[in-house]
Amino acid sequence: MKILVCISDVPDTTTKVKFKDDNTAFETAGVQWVINPWDELSLTRAVEMKEKTPGLIDNITVVTVGPKESEATIRKALAIGADNAIRVDALPKDAFYVASQIAEAVKNENFDIILTGIDSADYNGSAVGGMLAEMLDLTSVSSVSSLNAENSKVTVTREIEGGTETIEAATPFLAIVQKGIAIEPKIPAMRGIMMARTKPLKVVEPADSETLTHIEKFEMPQAKGACKKFDAEGVDELVNLLHNEAKMI
Amino acid sequence: MNFNFTEEQKMIQQAAKDFAVRELLPDVIERDTKAEFPTAHIKKLSELGFLGMMTAPEYDGGGMDTISYVLAMEEISKVDASVSVIMSVCNSLVNWGLETYGTEAQKEKYLKPLARGEKIGAFLLSEPEAGSDATKQRTTAEDKGDYYLLNGTKNWITNAASASVYLVIAHTNPEKAHKGINAFIVEKDSPGITLGPHEDKMGMRSSDTHSVMFTDVKVPKENRIGEDGFGFSFAMKTLDGGRIGIASQALGLASGALERSIQYAKERKAFGTEIANHQAIAFKIADMAVKIENARNLCLKAAWLKDNKQPYGLMSAMAKQYCADIAMEVTTEAVQIHGGYGYVKEYHVERLMREAKLTQIYEGTSEIQKIVISRSLLK
Repeated sequence: MKILVCISDVPDTTTKVKFKDDNTAFETAGVQWVINPWDELSLTRAVEMKEKTPGLIDNITVVTVGPKESEATIRKALAIGADNAIRVDALPKDAFYVASQIAEAVKNENFDIILTGIDSADYNGSAVGGMLAEMLDLTSVSSVSSLNAENSKVTVTREIEGGTETIEAATPFLAIVQKGIAIEPKIPAMRGIMMARTKPLKVVEPADSETLTHIEKFEMPQAKGACKKFDAEGVDELVNLLHNEAKMI
Repeated sequence: MNFNFTEEQKMIQQAAKDFAVRELLPDVIERDTKAEFPTAHIKKLSELGFLGMMTAPEYDGGGMDTISYVLAMEEISKVDASVSVIMSVCNSLVNWGLETYGTEAQKEKYLKPLARGEKIGAFLLSEPEAGSDATKQRTTAEDKGDYYLLNGTKNWITNAASASVYLVIAHTNPEKAHKGINAFIVEKDSPGITLGPHEDKMGMRSSDTHSVMFTDVKVPKENRIGEDGFGFSFAMKTLDGGRIGIASQALGLASGALERSIQYAKERKAFGTEIANHQAIAFKIADMAVKIENARNLCLKAAWLKDNKQPYGLMSAMAKQYCADIAMEVTTEAVQIHGGYGYVKEYHVERLMREAKLTQIYEGTSEIQKIVISRSLLK
């Protein structure tokens, strides 16, 4: 069985976000890049499955669309336990562009399971997974919170309103994963970091593809208002403000 | 010059940070209070390969450089110096000593399981009457033909109970003074070894420190390290590298205290504003940061010299002395910035201060480092 994990590198969650070019572009200077958290958890789950059942999963590949600088993120994915990597040498312009590039790069690789994070921590598009499945003519399963493989039987648990749904999935398929897929990201071991030096990293030229969106402008969220405090006798006033001012109740 | 870390070094730094915050931080105060050895934490640390991170891959180690080791030691020491001292003894003293001076058979039998983290090592040099003056060893190893017969007592031994492999320094010929000293690999479960009680220490309370008594312990001849009489030189050369480990531990204690102080100073209010806005506090933060930056640069320079096969004994002594002394200063200031909260366990800085004190004492006191430094300059 072959697993593909799609990873993107995103600004570290502690980054102080700034914009440039008249608020139409994100200022990347000085930004620390990390693996998108959902993608890192997806990879962690893939590695867990490979380690748990030797022989079942032959190969884990990671793919990213990004410039040379994103290779630091790729090496970390290799250190965590991916066997090889593909980098499409292009800036990720929008979801359609990224999905098109990944589809072109992996269309002949015959992966049994493709994992994508439900969204990326930077642009929150939540679109690449569904688009990629369509482009590769694969079944896609969304909101995946658990993935298990035993022999050739793959079961997937989805989050649904008010509970979960567990299904058996025929390979090949694409899973769009979210919270629950792994408890926490795997910390790379020294041996993994050392082996990542020599694991194959294939760089491919981008395919011709259009973008379907462009950024009009970015805005920072409004600063939070001052906090109002009420003492124990102020419940009536609290209810009044929640109802009439905040319109929460 | 290049002050940039490689991507690999940054990855190791992040891995150590993630491990420290995720695995060590949640119960570090409890382990300190109970003086409880971090058994489960050390198992995880060894599975990640940190206990043998500098040992060459052919001996089952991680093959990482000393720069990476300094970065990892700093991150782990920010959170739990009891764990980082275990890591330091394994990497800098025991593994390095065996890898550099051991025979292939010794490496196969002892170094490989140590580098894989399956076993823990300990370095037995200090004695009740031979601390800083390491030439006054009273532990003896009598040559009995096929084996040596070991007798004596070692003091302040880190990992004494948890280790399975001891590197023991002992006199084989007291008449020859330091040229009559040898180093031996001794298996802890050998008959004739007894441990003293767990030392109830001021800091680093969850690392296990004991005295170790040897009574007619038979040590196979093949377990001597190096040529006859090499033991004193072995100990001194090994301690040169050990100083980089303790220096980076002290650095981590200081930088951990600074991080907590910055966070606290930006949250705590007094006289209508955050205390960070009071110059008395802001200047303390600035002074702490400058000292830490100097300390880090000394550590990294000593590590760089070692990685580049250049003499590093002087620089590692400078790093050890300076890092330890500023760790004491910085952690004390951190407690002062925290005020009353700094004096209670919940805020961590009192523990960092207690731990910093030991870095001025063990693996060569700050005064001994100054002897090493001055002798090197005045010779």
